[in-house]
Amino acid sequence: MSYEEILTRYEPVIGLETHVELGTATKMFCGCKTDFGAEPNTQVCPVCLALPGALPVMNRAAIEATIRIGLALNCDIAEWCRMARKNYFYPDMPKNFQTSQYDEPLCVDGYVDVEVDGVTHRIGIERVHIEEDTGKTLHVGGATGRIHGATESLVDYNRAGIPLVEIVTKPVPGLGGLAPEIAKAYVAELRDIIRSLGVSDVRMEQGSMRCDVNTSLNRPGEEWGTRTETKNVNSLRSVERAVRSEIIRQSAILDDGGKIHQETRHFHEDRGDTSPGRSKETATDYRYFPEPDLVPIAPDPAWVATLKAALPEKPSAKRARLREEWGITELDMQSVANAGAVEIIEETIAAGASPAGARKWWMGELARRANELNVELTAVGATPAQVAALQKLVDEGKLNDKLARTVLEGVVAGEGDPAEVMAARGLEVVNDTGALTAAVDEAIAANPDIAAKIRDGKIAAAGALVGAVMKTTRGQADAKTVRELLLERLGVS
Amino acid sequence: MSDLTRLSAADLASLIAKREVSAVEVATAHLDRIAAVDDRVHAFLHVDRAGALEAAAAVDRGEITGPLAGVPIAVKDVVTTKGVPTTAASKILEGWKPPYDATIVERLKKAGMPILGKTNMDEFAMGSSTEYSAYGPTNNPWDLGRIPGGSGGGSAAALAAYEAPLAIGTDTGGSIRQPGAVTGTVGAKPTYGGTSRYGLIAFSSSLDTPGPCARTVEDTALLHAVIAGHDPRDSTSIDKPVPDVVRAAQLGKSGDLSGVKLGVVKEFSGDGSEPGVAAAFKDSLEALVKLGAEVVEVSCPHFEYALPAYYLIAPSECSSNLARFDGVRYGLRAGDDGNRSLEEVMSLTREAGFGPEVKRRIIIGTYALSSGYYDAYYGQAQKVRTLITRDFQSAFEKVDVLVSPTTPFVAFPFGSRTSDPYQMYLADLFTIPTNLYGGPAISVPCGLSEGLPVGFQIMAPTLADDRMYRVAAALESAVGTFTPPAL
Repeated sequence: MSYEEILTRYEPVIGLETHVELGTATKMFCGCKTDFGAEPNTQVCPVCLALPGALPVMNRAAIEATIRIGLALNCDIAEWCRMARKNYFYPDMPKNFQTSQYDEPLCVDGYVDVEVDGVTHRIGIERVHIEEDTGKTLHVGGATGRIHGATESLVDYNRAGIPLVEIVTKPVPGLGGLAPEIAKAYVAELRDIIRSLGVSDVRMEQGSMRCDVNTSLNRPGEEWGTRTETKNVNSLRSVERAVRSEIIRQSAILDDGGKIHQETRHFHEDRGDTSPGRSKETATDYRYFPEPDLVPIAPDPAWVATLKAALPEKPSAKRARLREEWGITELDMQSVANAGAVEIIEETIAAGASPAGARKWWMGELARRANELNVELTAVGATPAQVAALQKLVDEGKLNDKLARTVLEGVVAGEGDPAEVMAARGLEVVNDTGALTAAVDEAIAANPDIAAKIRDGKIAAAGALVGAVMKTTRGQADAKTVRELLLERLGVS
Repeated sequence: MSDLTRLSAADLASLIAKREVSAVEVATAHLDRIAAVDDRVHAFLHVDRAGALEAAAAVDRGEITGPLAGVPIAVKDVVTTKGVPTTAASKILEGWKPPYDATIVERLKKAGMPILGKTNMDEFAMGSSTEYSAYGPTNNPWDLGRIPGGSGGGSAAALAAYEAPLAIGTDTGGSIRQPGAVTGTVGAKPTYGGTSRYGLIAFSSSLDTPGPCARTVEDTALLHAVIAGHDPRDSTSIDKPVPDVVRAAQLGKSGDLSGVKLGVVKEFSGDGSEPGVAAAFKDSLEALVKLGAEVVEVSCPHFEYALPAYYLIAPSECSSNLARFDGVRYGLRAGDDGNRSLEEVMSLTREAGFGPEVKRRIIIGTYALSSGYYDAYYGQAQKVRTLITRDFQSAFEKVDVLVSPTTPFVAFPFGSRTSDPYQMYLADLFTIPTNLYGGPAISVPCGLSEGLPVGFQIMAPTLADDRMYRVAAALESAVGTFTPPAL
């Protein structure tokens, strides 16, 4: 059954729940640091370890970040709301309850406009609330790395108490076959909005942004179907694949007259499909109740207004403006945004590079390197000013493309600015005509047959001799100059 | 000095300040008294002789001065003390040494008050007799065959047995006031949020209130002033000046209550109290009228629902607060034989570590918060709480303070109320409404019934803690203090 054919008989309804780890300097309820990758259990205190008697105190920066996210998603900000306890036992949760929000979220009723193929789709936002992250459990000794069959469980509480924001969409019907693509575009837009606020590094691969995808199918004109909740969706591509695979899986069951069970499913990146997790019928009763250890949150409306007025330019508006300025296609702009390179390319242009030059380095060599090292572009080892300087050397003819790549290697290795690396490594293009002429004469002497052909007017054969010269000069010559010189020496220019 | 343990905290502080006696001598006298009598009283779960003497020596070296510098104190074992065992009288925390001090303990140390040790209590502060301590009950110095009240029976008994001049208690439903009443000592529950909960092992977060215990009203006020005040580490702590309770106590001592209106709660004056308790209360009221007070009967129609509302709210919060005791990070771990699953170990730890009353309340609370029951139980109880608060507010439009017996009955014999939890819960009938409202209340000894002490409770509006001290001090000046028979 083809995907297109399925969509003639079923209408999907999707919903997304996205968790974003806030980049606050300290945890949500204590002063512990939130640095990623610290030694296990070194960023902990009585509060985030839930020692007897310890009490939480709300981090104002986390509230502010949540309100700013809410405002950027066009939400109403509650004038009064409370935290709630979500009670369940798990060893990576020190209190055996998670301090979260339940029926009184901080931000409600917003939307995000998502553009796909030139058409804008409005995705409703049900709520944005704040909660705390849990610790991390490592199960040792089992075959699967999961708790069943493990001989030992190790817990790292460094992450416990880091503030998380949960963003829940309203159910989105009416997208038809575009549902997977729009789901992906929504998460990308959300990521760009949050990144523009500077409140999180929103890196799906590091888990600072996580997504759960709800999908249901119904026949046209009928009520919405039973939904499943797919977890472990850890990249933009997976968001799209997860929705598509659920549409296909559910349609096959419905075609056979079967029923969809409300359940949690796990997405498998390698296979591109989902497998069942916990069934909702056996789900925990979380026994939510208002958190008595924390006073209600009552943000001053004047403060909220100030935060609203200070929101940055919307990523969609900014992208449209830059696309115009840079003279690139929407597709190219989308890849720049997906690579998280908008700001850094902007800065490189401000430092003097041409839009094409700036984009070439950041989306090419440097993006590749960032990917290899699994770091942000900002942490790749080159600054916008250095990239601009590198491009200037190319534009001035002091470096050719190949040499520039080598110089860039030196820059990211910390050898200095491009000019310094070029000088230190002796990589400047050889423009010394005397030295080049000698190399050209040498190539002519070594290849008399080819030289004869060129003299006879077969100019296309010049490539081979240019190659030979480039070889003897170890690539440091400018190919165009070599070619001109060669033709001149052979008397055909 | 003949017997330092018989002196008030105010007198001890004055003698130490004048260097007529050293803080080390005072601490030693109390530590010796503990060594002599505590095998019979069992007020202490842990005595920190070395720590107390070291703190006293620092006062003698002149490193710390202040109104109570050098006066030793006993701390209820539900409050964390750095490096000193803190168990909440539970097996689940046996031997646990906290890595940090509670805010109120920090304040005691800063005030130069040597901590003698940790006092016995009902496990996790759940009970009215100390019979639910995992380490055996405390015996009432008035009659060693009777309960000292609870949950803070250890702190109250330590005062009555002259083992300590001052003690810290915590009051969730009456755990400071009822033990004070049945041991002939004074105990005050400050306004909720007036004293920091940071470092108080939580039973019911919205009700728990640490407070001062002593043998005189003035001593209680002096201790109140040391521990009260805003704490940024407790979100529910009130960021407002502490009422001048010491001055109020001194004012009351003069014995003049002209213009003070006392409200007698109509709903408490039925046949809830033992005859001896009712009689002592009536005599005390008359004594207060002689000092110039006016007595007005006020109705608080929702007080009759206070007990059931409390036994939904407190267990609900406790079921969540006590979830952290799972054997993973600290305290007891049971059944971890290498074959059992994590879940089984957590379950076995809680099975082995908690006593019957704690389990009963966890189960009640878990049920009350369950999906489908929440509105009928927890939700309804919160509505009752609001109505009780309104009862207090409208009463305080007519009167300055409300008064009642602290508890309906005098110290009862061990084992007489453990078979029926409800009979035990009745001990807090008169104290619980205040906790639901959040206001301050104090219990002060007002007489004897068949040779056992009776407590008089004074309840004041939130943040008017000074009012109750004034009336309490006046009553004390009229009826005197009560000394138990020699041990």
